[in-house]
Amino acid sequence: MKYETVIGLEVHLQLKTKTKAFCGCAIDFGQPPNSNVCPVCLGFPGTLPVYNKEALNYAIKVALAFDCQIQEHTKFDRKNYFYPDLPKNYQISQYDLPLSRQGHMMITSKDAPKRIGITRIHLEEDAGKLIHEADASLVDFNRTGIPLLEIVSEPDLSSPQEAFDYLTGLKSIVEYLDVSDCDMEKGSLRCDANISLRPEGAKELGVKTELKNMNSFKGVKDALVFEVSRQTELLQSNQAMVQETRLWDADGGRTIVMRSKEGAKDYRYFPDPDLAVFIIDQPMIAKIKSALPELPQEKLRRFVRDYSLTEYDAGILVSSKGDAEFSEACIQKYQGHDKKIMVNWLIGPLLSEANSRKVKLHELKLDKNELLSLIGLVEKQEISLLSAKSVLTQAIDTQKPVQVLIKEGNLSQISNTDLLQQIIETVIAENTKSVDDFKAGKTNALMFLVGQVMKKSAGKANPKIVSDLINRRLS
Amino acid sequence: MMDLNQLTAHELLNKLKAKEISPESISESLYARIHKVDPKIKAYVRNKGQQEAPLKSQPNGLLKDVPITIKDNICTEGLSTECCSKILEGFHPPYDATVISKLKNSGAQIFSLKANMDEFAFGSSTENSYFGATANPWNLGHVPGGSSGGSAAAVAADEAIWALGSDTGGSIRQPASFCGVVGLKPTYGRVSRFGLIAFASSLDQIGPITKDVEDAAILAGIISGYDPKDSTSINKDVPDYTKSLNGDIKGLKIGIPKEYFVQGMDPEVKSIIEEAINKLKSLGADSKQVSLPHTEYAVPVYYIIATAEASSNLARFDGVQYGYRAKSDNLIDMYKQTRAEGFGEEAKRRILLGTFALSHGYYDAYYLRALKVRTLIKQDFDRVFGDFDCIVTPTCPTAAFKIGEKTQDPLKMYLSDIYTISVNLAGIPAISIPCGFTKAGLPIGLQIMAKPFDEEMLFRVAHAFEQSTDWHKVKPKL
Amino acid sequence: MSIDKETVKHIAHLARIELQPNELEKLSLQLHDILGFIDKISGLDIDKVSPTSHILPVSNVLRDDYPHVSLPAEKALENAPSKKGNFFSVPKIIE
Repeated sequence: MKYETVIGLEVHLQLKTKTKAFCGCAIDFGQPPNSNVCPVCLGFPGTLPVYNKEALNYAIKVALAFDCQIQEHTKFDRKNYFYPDLPKNYQISQYDLPLSRQGHMMITSKDAPKRIGITRIHLEEDAGKLIHEADASLVDFNRTGIPLLEIVSEPDLSSPQEAFDYLTGLKSIVEYLDVSDCDMEKGSLRCDANISLRPEGAKELGVKTELKNMNSFKGVKDALVFEVSRQTELLQSNQAMVQETRLWDADGGRTIVMRSKEGAKDYRYFPDPDLAVFIIDQPMIAKIKSALPELPQEKLRRFVRDYSLTEYDAGILVSSKGDAEFSEACIQKYQGHDKKIMVNWLIGPLLSEANSRKVKLHELKLDKNELLSLIGLVEKQEISLLSAKSVLTQAIDTQKPVQVLIKEGNLSQISNTDLLQQIIETVIAENTKSVDDFKAGKTNALMFLVGQVMKKSAGKANPKIVSDLINRRLS
Repeated sequence: MMDLNQLTAHELLNKLKAKEISPESISESLYARIHKVDPKIKAYVRNKGQQEAPLKSQPNGLLKDVPITIKDNICTEGLSTECCSKILEGFHPPYDATVISKLKNSGAQIFSLKANMDEFAFGSSTENSYFGATANPWNLGHVPGGSSGGSAAAVAADEAIWALGSDTGGSIRQPASFCGVVGLKPTYGRVSRFGLIAFASSLDQIGPITKDVEDAAILAGIISGYDPKDSTSINKDVPDYTKSLNGDIKGLKIGIPKEYFVQGMDPEVKSIIEEAINKLKSLGADSKQVSLPHTEYAVPVYYIIATAEASSNLARFDGVQYGYRAKSDNLIDMYKQTRAEGFGEEAKRRILLGTFALSHGYYDAYYLRALKVRTLIKQDFDRVFGDFDCIVTPTCPTAAFKIGEKTQDPLKMYLSDIYTISVNLAGIPAISIPCGFTKAGLPIGLQIMAKPFDEEMLFRVAHAFEQSTDWHKVKPKL
Repeated sequence: MSIDKETVKHIAHLARIELQPNELEKLSLQLHDILGFIDKISGLDIDKVSPTSHILPVSNVLRDDYPHVSLPAEKALENAPSKKGNFFSVPKIIE
């Protein structure tokens, strides 16, 4: 039997406000344990929470960016459970009236756009950190109370690759909004996955597994790939699936069982009486909406329209906000009529420089004006494309002006016909067989002769002129 | 001459202003009184029998040099705040409650001894204190009421000039009634709850317990007002409440809810209250019977909402960051043992009841239903206040009961709050003032309720009544 | 609605309170009585009534995103029953 995969993701985002969700403690990573705390985030008796205005603002931005319906009436609830990283033994979260519902995001699946539903985006607070020792656990509350957003997707993802693409797209949008660092390795973005398999075409969902402990997008994908094959094997051998939570073991490349479902947890949610409700009206939404930056999808469409880019090329350029801005600045500065030339430089040589250095395009140490002057020299045929690529590498390495590098490397292209004529005469004299072949109509011979001239000129000869000169000389 | 400890705050302020007395002489007379009577009354906790300096406050202000007694559930920086519970043993909050900051800024002296209470304010008799029961100054065999029983008994026995209590379902008014003093539960949102160790967050308010209405008005004026640290405090100007003490209640429309004059009411209480209502009429007020039809549901609704909130509010007492911790080699046992040993019987009962009301499968039938009935109770009051200026009722169905009389029957104890609970559910203000004594010599309180944020009405009516009677001047013989 | 001993046991576990057998016995009976009384509200017709979880008509209470001074770690840990260095310490967690 063939099976299809059903995946839903739960993403937790730390918002990068200056202060925590319910108190004025600065959000400041890397401090000694329990030094970024106050009576409120420690949940000391008698203390009360007051929500951060900027956190609400950020949250609404995110919800709007994913086309969610913002709920007019929303409120905080308490999620009650005992755990030492939770100072009040309840988490302030949202239950039946979340900030927003029914959003979506577009990904590309099998070369076609696919809509991934977003069930809800709601507000909550982060817990502290535990360090487990042999006979005790140590608690640090510095992280406690950092504002979080929980973004829950519909089970619309049908492969590990789609899950990966969804996360990449989500991160890109949030980065554009500049409201979270979205760094999975540092924990500012966390992702749990629900995955189940069902016979192809079936309506009902299969028994699901909840996956935790992934700390990179690749980790999420790898864990899902592992689960697809593990669950497929179980199903094909007619073994019973149990609903369970499994942890991704990145070193072992496998998932291991954490706990079987011991009956649904009873969190005893109820409205938090310490916090007033929110009424988010249309003027407030409109105000935040009008201040939203251009988002990746809009930018992509505009790049395609304004700069005649292919969707593919535009997609590469807009995936990071910094790269999109860098690219657009370069394209606008470029005076040539065919913007495609600049785009080819960006997604060709520049992107490969960035990749080999493991940085983003816009993080390359390269002055835009130097890039423009380099491209200009190639167009004026003062330097060959081959040489230009090596100048680009050196310019990024040394941050010297391209003119200086060309001079130092003696890389100017030879277009002087007298000089070239001399080299051609030598080459003709040394390669009589090829000359004969050419005269007999073998066009490959011309290529060979041009190549020989290039060799003798150390790559500096202008190949087009050389080709013309040989043609004229031998016909 | 009267001893200084017997005076009201406004009397002391006058004497201090006239430089007739020194600040030291006030605390000396208080400590002398405490030394003499507190071994019998036990209004104060952690009393080591020696005079201690008050907390440091501003050198000037409206209440300069007047000492004030604080209930043990209001946080005082550097001073033990234990809610009279073993589980908060040794807890020294690193912060002041907002009301304490306001009092310090007004120059008041925060008395170093704190007042006894039912553990976490769970009770109506102060018998549920980890430190043992407080006695009623009018009859040591009776309870002072609760949960602010220590505050009310201290004021009644002249062991305090005045005091702060907290009221979740009657915890200021009922002990004020039982001890023959004045107690005010302000409108929900009028006084900041920051630093009040929460029992039920949607019902709790801090308020004054005083020897007369003028003191209540002065103290309410100091502690009221918006606090940016409390999302449920209201940003609304605080009027000068002492301006309401003008004695004029002519033409005021007073509603007398018929539902408060049935079920289990002591006939003696009934006649005292009727006399008090007649007194108000003789002062020019019009009274008329009204109906608050959902009154009978107030106690059940309260015991769902209050315990549900409490079960969550008290989850933080787990032995991790502060207070008592039981010895155990694993976390879950540590939690369970700490809470088993740290909480008293009533606390456990309420935490379990509240946990049940919120738990899966019962939420809709209990908690959600209670929230809806709360709406009906609130609407009852809105309707009456559309036509009436205030509502007058007894504060309690009986005078103070005997120590031990209701401890074996929690339900009977819960029903002693039957007249005070609706006020908290509706969020409105109410005051209890002395209005007579039973033949056995126990005080009875008259409760006046008003619309939200109309504390001025309470002071106006209470003061007019007080000034035409002498009940507040009678002192217990100790 | 009535409450049985098993339910009370479960509730006590949720609330993390260890109950002795005699306590369980007594509390079950008391809670049964209290719930019997509370059930009074089950007769009311409340279908069209909206719940009141917040009595005040206030909304959107927010604070500016402006940092305050945090508590020094030694103050935060001052009341701790057990600590190690700057950490709170709890017994081993076994689920």
